Amino acid sequence: MTKTFRMDEAQPRLLDETGQGIIGAPLDRPEGPKKVSGRAAYAADGMPDNAAHGVLVRATIPRGRITGIDTASVAETPGLLGVFHGPRFIRNPAQGMAGEAPVQPGDEVHYHGQPIALVVAESFEAARDAAQRLVVSYDADANVDTDPAKTDALEKGDPETAGDFEAAFSKADVTLDRAYSTPPHAAAAMEPHAALAEWEGETLTLRGAQQMLKTNRLELADAVGIDPENVRILSPYIGGGFGSKLGIGPEAVSAALAARELRRPVRVVMARQTVFDAVLRRTETTQRLRLGADRSGRLLALSHDDRVTNLQDEGFAEPVSQASQFLYGAEGLSFAQTLARVSRTPSGSVRAPGEAVGMLALEQAMDELAEMLGMCPVELRLKNLPEKNPMTGQPFSATRLADCLRDGAERFGWKDRKPVGTRRDGEWYVGMGMASAARSNMLIESAARVRLSAEGAVVETDMTDIGTGTYAILGQIAAEMLGLPVEKVEVRLGDTRFPAAAGSGGSFGASSAGSATFLAAKAIRETLAERMGCEPSDLTLQNGMARGGNREVPLSELIDAELVEEASVEAGDTSESHFSSGFGAHFAEVAVHAYTGEVRVRRMLGVMAMGRILNEKTARSQALGGMIWGVGSALTEEMAHDPRTGHMVTRDLANYHVPAHADVPGDMTVVFLEERDDMANPIQTKGIGELGISGAGAAILNAVRNACGARIYDMPATPDRVIAAMDAAGY
Amino acid sequence: MRDFEYSRAESLDGAAGQLGDGASIIAGGTNLLDLMKIQVMVPGRLVDISRLEDLKGISEHGDGLRIGALVTNSELAADARVRSGWPLLSRAILAGASAQIRNKATTGGNLLQRTRCPYFYDTAMACNKRTPGEGCAAQGGVGRMLAIFGTSEHCLAAHPSDMAVALTALAAEVEIRAADGGIRLVPVRELYRLPGDRPDLETVLGAGEIITAVRLPAPRPQTRQVYKKVRDRASYAFALVSVAVAVEMKDERIASVSLACGGVAPCPWTNPEAEQALIGAAPGDDAFATAADALVAQASCHPDTEFKIPLLRRTLIAALREATGLADSAAANPTTRTPA
Ligand SMILES: Cc1cc2nc3c(=O)[nH]c(=O)nc-3n(C[C@H](O)[C@H](O)[C@H](O)COP(=O)(O)OP(=O)(O)OC[C@H]3O[C@@H](n4cnc5c(N)ncnc54)[C@H](O)[C@@H]3O)c2cc1C
Ligand code: SF4
Repeated sequence: MTKTFRMDEAQPRLLDETGQGIIGAPLDRPEGPKKVSGRAAYAADGMPDNAAHGVLVRATIPRGRITGIDTASVAETPGLLGVFHGPRFIRNPAQGMAGEAPVQPGDEVHYHGQPIALVVAESFEAARDAAQRLVVSYDADANVDTDPAKTDALEKGDPETAGDFEAAFSKADVTLDRAYSTPPHAAAAMEPHAALAEWEGETLTLRGAQQMLKTNRLELADAVGIDPENVRILSPYIGGGFGSKLGIGPEAVSAALAARELRRPVRVVMARQTVFDAVLRRTETTQRLRLGADRSGRLLALSHDDRVTNLQDEGFAEPVSQASQFLYGAEGLSFAQTLARVSRTPSGSVRAPGEAVGMLALEQAMDELAEMLGMCPVELRLKNLPEKNPMTGQPFSATRLADCLRDGAERFGWKDRKPVGTRRDGEWYVGMGMASAARSNMLIESAARVRLSAEGAVVETDMTDIGTGTYAILGQIAAEMLGLPVEKVEVRLGDTRFPAAAGSGGSFGASSAGSATFLAAKAIRETLAERMGCEPSDLTLQNGMARGGNREVPLSELIDAELVEEASVEAGDTSESHFSSGFGAHFAEVAVHAYTGEVRVRRMLGVMAMGRILNEKTARSQALGGMIWGVGSALTEEMAHDPRTGHMVTRDLANYHVPAHADVPGDMTVVFLEERDDMANPIQTKGIGELGISGAGAAILNAVRNACGARIYDMPATPDRVIAAMDAAGY
Repeated sequence: MRDFEYSRAESLDGAAGQLGDGASIIAGGTNLLDLMKIQVMVPGRLVDISRLEDLKGISEHGDGLRIGALVTNSELAADARVRSGWPLLSRAILAGASAQIRNKATTGGNLLQRTRCPYFYDTAMACNKRTPGEGCAAQGGVGRMLAIFGTSEHCLAAHPSDMAVALTALAAEVEIRAADGGIRLVPVRELYRLPGDRPDLETVLGAGEIITAVRLPAPRPQTRQVYKKVRDRASYAFALVSVAVAVEMKDERIASVSLACGGVAPCPWTNPEAEQALIGAAPGDDAFATAADALVAQASCHPDTEFKIPLLRRTLIAALREATGLADSAAANPTTRTPA
């Protein structure tokens, strides 16, 4: 029987009292050796002998109808097994947590690059060649909206407000009104999207690269037209997701459909170009920030409006102003979003949707406001930290933002920051910048099973590990609760036959699946306490020994048959009564070449308070990874679409520039401030990975300004934009 | 990928004999195989020259060097003679690609690598270089990597090699072996044709011709050599613009200068007027700006490459400052402001 726990009130901090002492320990990831030695089987590994190869075919018009797929054009292909298409094919991956099939467009084409057919052959090379040569005829629409700047297919949302923004803005002593733009971003996971589908009677088994198995199973079943009970998804290892593997994708659905018809396993691995064409990307944004303050630096008015894009029928719109709505308080607040519909690869959640791009604008605007006020940017932020969420009135569950700002400024040597454009090192201008970090935190329904036997413990959940350390932390939680060395706990993930968890997304995985694991282990502790004849609160478990009621007994003696407990957790009253978010402060020092405008980040510091840290090493790696994505969003990352067709022009990792090693400073420091978020979940944790991104890019861009005078309103700060901005600023 | 025949050449004569219609030499394969996978290049036969001993090794040749066509980019950049006499070449090579690619890439293959124009890479897009007469999708499209010199209405693509830019500034020549065994020498700059109305014809190599070596003449004494490459990230990206300069100073004036630019033309771009403007001048941002004006005077831009005019000017000035020692003194005077 699954015990469901609702998070209605703060829970005791049990993990601070248990005796094993490994919560927070910087342990290595247990699956690490397998991954670096090639023994961890990813979706495309382990091809069964009789499996066939499928390659996706893309549409090459922006919009219209397919009038013919000429299979005769590839009939001569050696080992050709078939060309598959039809009403069950999906247009693009499902949005995260959709739980149903994405749009199945039939013979309609909605964007250039849309997967429209699958060619299957005995060899990968033959399938790829046939996919390239397949003749498709279209009835193309004239006048398609492919350019977000020109489309008038606009969905304007009513502004979300608190107080009277206009009134507050008009009485401000100092005002700023700025436009910003960010380009589309790719998730750019290393592992391309892959699926291996195999049928046994009515049952479909899919080995896929998926982040959220609970909803992926529903999406796949719905797309293929079968009962979810007959779908099993296995996704034990994932080579990075960054949001791009949240929903079931065309590779999985097409593999399943072809495998059913061919009665043999079919593997589909997207080519890198297909990943760019057909996987959800982050939208381009244009943003307008209006800030009004009195002379003392108190914010009176704050408005953050944005315009984002998506393809028709997609429900997702990048929540650009998410952090702006709670980070600082003001009398008048206003946030309006416009969604432009364009025929381009649809957009979805990519690494910290909302904050990753919204905070680039908000935190640059705050920096500029500080400069207009003649105030220290750290001071300006400290002066405007609200007591409560200014939009909802909820108290914050835990916030140490002020501590992060002060601690960071101290450690970084912020007081040595020089006036704009006055610090030089040879041909390089040098400057410092900072920004706040914020990323709202969630608890998502999750279940896990824990088994305890004399040999050790096993954790089972369909939770995934996308390279973030889930195997490590779930093992640590179970080991801590059951008083076992962590080697005695085996963690099994990524199988829909296990209890359903939140999956990896929104940085909520560790807190959600971790809480479920904690609760299941807690139930086992209760049984053990009973057997010891003591209260659970008097039970101490450590290194395989149980102590309580004046007895000390080896754990193995308490267990006759395996003890099995399953628990699930869901958000409750605390998610209404309190607002939970991770907070932090980013600091950066950059050098800007005075002639060429090249930017080199010299050092970065992130000071973060994000609840209880479960594993110092994996948490730090998450935070560092996030900060590196911050470097990317500030300096290098930019997807380009052809405005005429909407098609993706940057279709590989040579053209889409994630930061290279040389872009990442050797001196990158992450500091965690001790924190417990009692209202967040029973283990007092918060989300981690995405907080590292949120604000990091703005700290870099603010440092660019301090170094050389260039303010970068259109991101990223590539050399062409930096020299233009230096010219504009007169440097 | 299309099926192809594969043959391994045992001799130069043998290689030349196998280079019939639709055949292609493969050396390191780092460019060719990528293009074959996406079927931008579909050779019916690959002639593998990678075992030909005649094409390997760096040897001294008069006062200069003879670099075999199969010498890898890594080997060439690390060669002690190159690093001391032609540091520009080492720096240019090391500013390109990644260590893994440079380990595989060869001298001949590097010179003959194809453009990085994204429309050339996408078989759904019209491209005169891929299919003559089809049109040029880059016109009216997006293209911050496109050229600003030497283009035609038929093709705007830039040549991506960094090494070729350095070799041009160092006055290197390409040693070409004709099918009949005859050898001719062509300056690196003249290896490349401008696109005109046939952008598919990229070099002066004829049927069955093989690059056997690059000859590097002795460096002029007392020259300071600089390679400055500006790109969209700190490493592992092609040049937006690059500048190779070798400057010889006499009595605090510029006695001679050799200059080539990358990322801006279908070949390493040279400009005698810009060089001329510098000869006899005392180093300084004013003199450099005059040369920079001459350099960019003939530019013709796609809307996305307009930035290359100011960027190339600034990069040239930065390179000249470094080559004449001005950049060193800037460190001593930390408040120097930069003229635009
Ligand atoms: C991701 C990436 C980034 C890169 N970045 C850069 C960069 O920043 N700067 C840069 O300069 N380069 C860069 N390169 C390109 C790299 O330098 C070239 O791919 C490499 O130099 C090609 O050499 P190869 O021996 O592998 O050529 P191959 O791929 O074997 O051949 C290339 C062409 O040359 C022909 N060929 C080869 N040898 C001969 C010969 N002896 N005679 C006649 N024809 C011959 C082949 O037929 C083929 O057409 C990059 C490449 C990649 C993949
Ligand atoms: S610029 Fe040249 S390579 Fe690019 S599309 Fe046009 S013709 Fe092709």
